[in-house]
Amino acid sequence: MIMETLLTPTLELDKEGYLKNPAQWTPELARDFAAKANIVLTDKHFDVLNWLRAKHAEGVPLTIRKVGASGLVDIKKFYELFPGGPLKVSSKIAGIPKPASCI
Amino acid sequence: MKNLVILGAGAAGTMMANKLHHALNPVEWKITIVDRDNVHYYQPGFLFIPFGLYQPEDVVRPRTDFLPKGVTFIEQEVDRIDGNHDQVILSNGQTLHYEVLVVATGAEVVPEETEGMKAELWYKDIFDFYTFEGSTQLAKKLQNWQGGNLVINLAETLIKCPVAPLEFTFLADAFFEDKGIRDKVNITYVTPLSGAFTKPKATAMLSTLLDEKKIKVVPDFYLARVDNERKVLVSYDEQEVPFDLLVTVPVNKGSKMVERSGLGDEDGLNFMPTDKYTLQAKKFDNVFVIGDATNIPASKAGSVAHFEGEILLENVLSYIQGEAMEARFDGHSNCFIETGHGKAALIDFNYETEPLPGKFPWPLLGPMDLLKPTRLNHVGKLAFKWVYWHMLLTGKTLPVPTHMSMSGKITEEEIV
Ligand SMILES: Cc1cc2nc3c(=O)[nH]c(=O)nc-3n(C[C@H](O)[C@H](O)[C@H](O)COP(=O)(O)OP(=O)(O)OC[C@H]3O[C@@H](n4cnc5c(N)ncnc54)[C@H](O)[C@@H]3O)c2cc1C
Repeated sequence: MIMETLLTPTLELDKEGYLKNPAQWTPELARDFAAKANIVLTDKHFDVLNWLRAKHAEGVPLTIRKVGASGLVDIKKFYELFPGGPLKVSSKIAGIPKPASCI
Repeated sequence: MKNLVILGAGAAGTMMANKLHHALNPVEWKITIVDRDNVHYYQPGFLFIPFGLYQPEDVVRPRTDFLPKGVTFIEQEVDRIDGNHDQVILSNGQTLHYEVLVVATGAEVVPEETEGMKAELWYKDIFDFYTFEGSTQLAKKLQNWQGGNLVINLAETLIKCPVAPLEFTFLADAFFEDKGIRDKVNITYVTPLSGAFTKPKATAMLSTLLDEKKIKVVPDFYLARVDNERKVLVSYDEQEVPFDLLVTVPVNKGSKMVERSGLGDEDGLNFMPTDKYTLQAKKFDNVFVIGDATNIPASKAGSVAHFEGEILLENVLSYIQGEAMEARFDGHSNCFIETGHGKAALIDFNYETEPLPGKFPWPLLGPMDLLKPTRLNHVGKLAFKWVYWHMLLTGKTLPVPTHMSMSGKITEEEIV
């Protein structure tokens, strides 16, 4: 059952498994991406995911510090929610491209 | 008489004062430039001071030596920009009205941003080399240091001259080797990035070098605090790295003036939202931003400020004439990377193209090699000091194209 959405034939992922078209994102898809990373999504996770999606749509380059300044979570909490590389992990779950570190 | 005001007389502001002084009619325009003091530092030289390769006096000149007569220099802290009323307020209360404003207030290190950084061990076992003070203090420390764990850490991903900490690491390796104590020093490079550098091909080249020189890299380490008692770096996910000597690149921020003006970017780092092609401030049409002060996704480097300067001059002139601004900055960046023992590598890239191998600036002829440590590149790096004082600051055109060129670069398709 789990990861069902990830098998949808029309879903296009890049080499590293990031969703190519953010418009194809759904909350169910997010849950499946999260399951792959051993994360069970809570409302707090979704607050962050929605914020990331909104910022991405505005064309704002994202950094961990920006998430920490969003008022939703501090950096510590962000790490707790998305262990590992929080921005990379959360971007994947949010269905937006891998964060490009500009120089 | 109309007023053009420049804030900051560092690399970018000084260069713009010279360029604009040449281009604007002095009967029509008064140019004023403000900085908090009259000491211009050649910041790229800070890299060499800790190892005794440059002396402190090599990197200091009065700002006024590089400003043209006919440009008014005011030595005063800028308190804030009041963009709604086209005026700048200085901290002595003086106000400067402007028709056009150029913001060139740069970036500075703020060790206070990190818990435990500027505490008991500051300038004892913890040093930065991004300031004159830090690099000269570190020079004294390195003279007598007998070895142990040397840790180089970047507290944040966004820093000026992003290759400087790697260069420092390579030079440290060579320094201890020459001193005959390399076997007594463990060098660890601790970075919030996923690898040695931000761009894949350059990272591959640099990782090989780090390996060869037995320098350990700890990636994805985002510094939360420095524990002075135990002498360890602690990340947000509670990883720890012990140090005997810590060389840090603290969080870099734009000028506090930007914060006081309410004009900073939303990450709280005080860089000013700027159009990445025209270099016009997002908030006010008659305000332009150049150099390290912008939030554009290009390197914060003197060479970048130079390329931006050519574009900014065009666009300010168009703006003044009421014409459309047509010059576009492409994110061009060109950096030498010191790799130790008299060699350096060179990278050349822009918004769209990552650093590639090949020859620079001419195909086959070079004479410089891209992405490869050579002696000639090192000569280029040292020559940058002369170029900086004599050409860059005075606004002369350098013999390098403003827009990045693919000529001489070897692309993926050609390698295969
Ligand atoms: C260690 C190190 C190595 C580097 N190596 C290289 C290199 O090899 N190649 C390269 O191209 N670049 C290098 N750089 C980067 C280069 O020095 C900067 O990118 C360049 O100086 C940027 O110019 P700027 O005018 O934007 O900022 P700055 O030159 O920093 O000037 C900003 C000015 O604004 C003034 N100012 C700020 N706020 C106020 C205020 N409120 N009131 C009054 N005045 C104010 C400051 O006093 C300062 O003079 C290096 C930097 C460092 C630290």
